[in-house]
Amino acid sequence: MTIHVKFFASLREQMGRAEVTMEPDAGTTVAQVWEHAARDVPMPDNLLAAVNMEYANLDQAVSDGDEVAFFPPVTGG
Amino acid sequence: MRVEVREAPFDPWDVLRCYQDELADQVGRYGATAVFVGTMRDFNEGDAVQAMTLEHYPGMTERFLEDISAWAASQWDILDSLIVHRIGPLWPNDPIVLVAVWSAHRAAAFDASRFLMEELKSRAPFWKKETLASGERWVQKNTPG
Repeated sequence: MTIHVKFFASLREQMGRAEVTMEPDAGTTVAQVWEHAARDVPMPDNLLAAVNMEYANLDQAVSDGDEVAFFPPVTGG
Repeated sequence: MRVEVREAPFDPWDVLRCYQDELADQVGRYGATAVFVGTMRDFNEGDAVQAMTLEHYPGMTERFLEDISAWAASQWDILDSLIVHRIGPLWPNDPIVLVAVWSAHRAAAFDASRFLMEELKSRAPFWKKETLASGERWVQKNTPG
């Protein structure tokens, strides 16, 4: 399956890229997507994740075609 | 109900007047309008801030703001709501966010506007990067209130 991974704000700068496409195995979780996509960058304690633009838990499984986003705590307003 | 994320600067009072002018069918029904305007400061964490860049997650941010607006409408007896938020480069004294809620009586407008602002601050995907004399830094977290 194919999924699209996006990084925002400080994580995008840290990764050196805004997005990447991956082809993980079925049953892959959001946390495992991070491990594959972020390579050597350790997962921040305050990491936030979204799947298809809805907040998601790290143990949620992803599906073919999903958009998985990782970002730091939000600071709008 | 309207949600807008915009790069262009805006005057919240003009936007508010224009939006309320469009609420012709609500005239006579609302007795309370609660308005919050967030404006860029020139200081943060003890440092002078020269400028700021606001980033968002196109699609998710708008959807999130629409969802909390719909939730507020389901929880309080409100007639309408408006959220406008800036992205892109900002300078001190620029308006960042406008939240307005119309209701028959003040409690619903006050409570719903507070809810919208707190949800926006704590959960809406926006990120601020500040420009200081010494360089740039990402804002790590929002102030508690």
